[in-house]
Amino acid sequence: MRSYIPSYELVAPRDLAAALQKMATEPGPWKPFAGGTDLMVLLEAGKLPHRKFLSLYNLRELRGIEITHDQVMIGALTTYTEIRRHETLAREFPLLARAAAETGSIATQNRGTLGGNVANASPAADSPPALLVYEAELELVSSATSRWLPYRAFWSGYKQIALRPDELIRRIRLPRPSNANHWRQYYRKVGTRRAQAISKVCFAAAARIDFQRMAEVRIALGSVAPTVFRAAETERILQGESPTPALLRAAQETLAAEIAPIDDIRSTARYRRRITQHLLAEFFAMLSA
Amino acid sequence: MEPRIIGTSVPRKEGRDKVTGAARYVDDISFPGMIHGLTVRSPAPRGRIVNMHFDSGIPWPDFTIVTAKDIPGKNCVMLLIDDQPALADGFVNHPEEPVLLLAHPDKYLLEEARRAVRIEIEPSAGVFTIADSLARREIIWGLDNIFKSFRVEKGDVDSAWSSAAFIVEGEYETGAQEQLYIEPQGIIAQAGPAEGVTVWGSLQCPYYVHKALLPLFGLPKDRIRIVQTETGGGFGGKEEYPSMIAAHAALLAWKSGKPVKMIYDRAEDMVATTKRHPSRTIHRTGVTRDGKLLAMEIDFTIDGGAYQTLSPVVLSRGTIHAAGPYECPNVRIKSRAIATNAPPHGAFRGFGAPQSVFALERHLDRIAHVIGLSPEELRRRNFIRKGQTLAVHQVVREQVDLAGLMDRAFELCEYHAKRERFTHENLHAFVKRGIGFASFLHGAGFTGSGEEYLASEAALEVTCEGRVRVFAGSTEMGQGTNTVFTQIAAETLGLGCDQIEIAQPDTARVPNSGPTVASRTTMIVGKLVETSARAVQKSLLDSGLLKSNYTPAEFNAACAAYINVHGPLQSLTKYQHPCDLHWDDERYQGDAYGAYAWAVYVAEVSVDTRTAEVHVDDFVAVQEVGKVINPILAAGQIEGGVAQGIGFALYENCVWQQGRMINGQMTNYIMPTSMDIPPIRVFFEEIPYERGPAGAKGIGELPLDGTAPAIANAIAQATGADIRRIPITPEVLLEILESVHV
Amino acid sequence: MSEPAGKISVHCTVNGRALILETYPMARLLDVLREQARLTGTKEGCGEGECGACAIEIDGALVNSCLVPALQAEGTKIRTIEGVATENQLHGVQQAFLTHGGAQCGICTPGMILAAINLLARNPHPTDSEIREGLAGNLCRCTGYTKILASVVEACRAAQQATEPRP
Repeated sequence: MRSYIPSYELVAPRDLAAALQKMATEPGPWKPFAGGTDLMVLLEAGKLPHRKFLSLYNLRELRGIEITHDQVMIGALTTYTEIRRHETLAREFPLLARAAAETGSIATQNRGTLGGNVANASPAADSPPALLVYEAELELVSSATSRWLPYRAFWSGYKQIALRPDELIRRIRLPRPSNANHWRQYYRKVGTRRAQAISKVCFAAAARIDFQRMAEVRIALGSVAPTVFRAAETERILQGESPTPALLRAAQETLAAEIAPIDDIRSTARYRRRITQHLLAEFFAMLSA
Repeated sequence: MEPRIIGTSVPRKEGRDKVTGAARYVDDISFPGMIHGLTVRSPAPRGRIVNMHFDSGIPWPDFTIVTAKDIPGKNCVMLLIDDQPALADGFVNHPEEPVLLLAHPDKYLLEEARRAVRIEIEPSAGVFTIADSLARREIIWGLDNIFKSFRVEKGDVDSAWSSAAFIVEGEYETGAQEQLYIEPQGIIAQAGPAEGVTVWGSLQCPYYVHKALLPLFGLPKDRIRIVQTETGGGFGGKEEYPSMIAAHAALLAWKSGKPVKMIYDRAEDMVATTKRHPSRTIHRTGVTRDGKLLAMEIDFTIDGGAYQTLSPVVLSRGTIHAAGPYECPNVRIKSRAIATNAPPHGAFRGFGAPQSVFALERHLDRIAHVIGLSPEELRRRNFIRKGQTLAVHQVVREQVDLAGLMDRAFELCEYHAKRERFTHENLHAFVKRGIGFASFLHGAGFTGSGEEYLASEAALEVTCEGRVRVFAGSTEMGQGTNTVFTQIAAETLGLGCDQIEIAQPDTARVPNSGPTVASRTTMIVGKLVETSARAVQKSLLDSGLLKSNYTPAEFNAACAAYINVHGPLQSLTKYQHPCDLHWDDERYQGDAYGAYAWAVYVAEVSVDTRTAEVHVDDFVAVQEVGKVINPILAAGQIEGGVAQGIGFALYENCVWQQGRMINGQMTNYIMPTSMDIPPIRVFFEEIPYERGPAGAKGIGELPLDGTAPAIANAIAQATGADIRRIPITPEVLLEILESVHV
Repeated sequence: MSEPAGKISVHCTVNGRALILETYPMARLLDVLREQARLTGTKEGCGEGECGACAIEIDGALVNSCLVPALQAEGTKIRTIEGVATENQLHGVQQAFLTHGGAQCGICTPGMILAAINLLARNPHPTDSEIREGLAGNLCRCTGYTKILASVVEACRAAQQATEPRP
């Protein structure tokens, strides 16, 4: 336990408006604190430089999952457990349900929140690739403003996010496609072990098949670049084509060039690059089956 | 007469406290006025301490600060020799070496203070690999960086090569492994010139700590007292290391005049304490045309880190186990333990044998492949039998049937059928399956003259109510010491387990039974307990106050009567080395161990060739162990050991940078979870060892020897990958798989 | 260094008893339970939320108490290992751990038992792989999990037998 606990402030505003008000009058010093599963780890390692936190955990306005005919609205404080247990999400957004099931442990899933995960902006997080495939949008609110931002536009670099110091993530919107049953979906996280693992490569993908061609392809990757991202170049060469072995080889080459994996404490760039290519092949195999 | 209690799964003696959260580990204990202590450590791997800076902003006068200058006696943590200082004085020789100690009542402020101390080091070049140490890039210890070396010679290796039909060579490596007991190191100390030193803590060997603190404080034996608290796992990691943390807590207590509690957090525990010795083994083996071992030349090196600590003994066991349970007329083993600028490596279950056995069992599978025999046929033709001699010239005096164990293991896991089926199915599968095995032995007790040197003692006393108290320095750390001693005493005396109490290991109250290590506790100390119980029983019977075939009630009455007339009813038994066991330390040969456990382990694995991930799907462990005292506890030992072996083989990778472990977090040092471990199926055979209690031999370390090579051999069978190193991480395996396909 | 955070009073129910705990808002709930409430059954194994030795229940959900700041325990119902057995009787899971060797050194046991109880509350008849998944957040270095799984299976069997109508 490597931090000086008395120097940390944590206060619980009574509602969202109060929280936003505090962030508007004192922007920057007050950071949002949700479930704590990321921030407390940093605290215990002596690596949490900020000292003033707003506990959002009891703010009801940030909870709840709302379904309408064309979208799903997930409150920022929705936990992984709530995601896993939600019937519609499990059925229509299986990649997100899978990601939630592979995050940490049961105990982590009970406390960790989707909004917290998004705001933490780790390139190794498990849910973001799924959110990218589903073309999620974020509702960012401050005491005076409210805006929607495509999740794809959320980063400018490693942990550099487009969240202003006075803003909070309020909801995450997932469009509900009317042709959901035409989509084939794939998710694979390769970690250090079968449970409670940080990913070395995270591959989420979906393709809408139309007469044996990939009418639309979405491929999102984690842990192979400073941010999670959509492999747009690879998607481009796959778009409209049939999944043949020759196409796979070309796509693997493009994908290898599109990612920027590194050597780090968990794995190597070479491993990550090769495995990303292999997972693309596995996705192809699934599409051809 | 059939045993009533031995051989049954009597519930764990201290189990109720453990399942209710009532068990008291050291961090659960507080004393009035107790303050907290911590250690400030070297940031550099080697160099001269130039200065220590204390930044402002901390109320330093409120702190107790201890450096080497404050040590009342000799600045050393005494083990085999005294080369390791308790606190670095002038020079540091490894990253995280302790330099300075701090104590304060406020645990949070203490942590803040740690950050405010800067140790300035003028660095000098260090040595970080076995190769560099042997090449003497720098001399960092002694005259040549070598802590110890051994040479074993049997027959005439040099002349034998010319008769060999095949000669196979190979080099093998194993990495460091962190014991990762879930309860980190912790000690509470009270000390002062008037009262002496008392230490409570999480430890395996109270008398080792006692011995280490004697020269540090310059106090006589009866002024130092060590008490073991409930210990949350040890595995060797709490064999010698606790002497260091106890020294630190005691020094702070001495200077502050207050009780001091020192508990490591996981990060500190990982980077600063001992690990399994990394190893390198080079094999050269000559085999006859029909697959008989003719000559074995083995070069075995282990990396001991910056100070000697227990490296000579780890080397000893690794050396003696290096040629395995095989008959070979000509053997040479040259081995050495070398120094590097890393925190000293130390005891971890298996203690050198997992390293050398990994190399041997991988090498034998490779030899089989070269000469065109199956791995099992090669073993079958070379398994040692009673009357033959091991590499160190020990004549095997026990009944041993390794072929029988192997056949049984194969039957239990359908080895042949699976091997054939997998070979066929793998042709068209991304996930390739394999099955592999290892055959091995593990000597129980201290090597050679070690038990004689330890001269262990255990005592038994009975109260006038008939309560039986066992006094031994052996510690419970989950392996079942308390329960097994209870069973032995109860069986011998014809009483119920409830009537037996095990005294808390406290050097003021229990005799020195030797350390709780080396698979010796049941076999050696359990025997002393049995003998003491028998002696007490004999006293009662001989006194005429008790007839044979007595009931517990009659026993109680007789005790009361006896004590009334004769005084205390007790017996102390001292270890007697069997006179037919001879070990020659000079020539390094003879009866290395009183008894061996023998085993064949089979691992079934899946290798996902798309990700190079390996999963162990099934594991069968068959071993002959003399006598199983408690089936659930014994199986628990094997299962837990196999799980650690699976970690050793596949997951547990220490990442080093200039002698420092940089992945010192549970997030980044990967231990298997319940989803990574397969069903582990354990089977025992029993050929009683007449010198063990009820015939029992030792088993605690056995599973660490055969698990990793069985897995490596299975991976090789599945994929053709020629595994030479563990851990077999996916990154490493990917490279090997790609080279197989090219 | 500054101490801008004053102590707060956290009102919660722990093992059925209403408690007011005086502590810093960012103090780990693990430390508050062990030190202020003197409930030392919950253990620290890693301080990173990886080992599960600190697992407790908050409002019926299994959580790692080393990752919960004290402020967020306000108004909650907490159960620790000390609240599992009733005055007279061990919980079926505790009893099974005793008879089936689920505890060796015991340090992971409190968290493991809470995880097992939590699993069985959600899924009374788990398969082997469901048990493994339910306990995957609790690391054990001693047992290799084998007898922990056997203990959970036994606890299920005993619970089932207890609810079955007698002939």
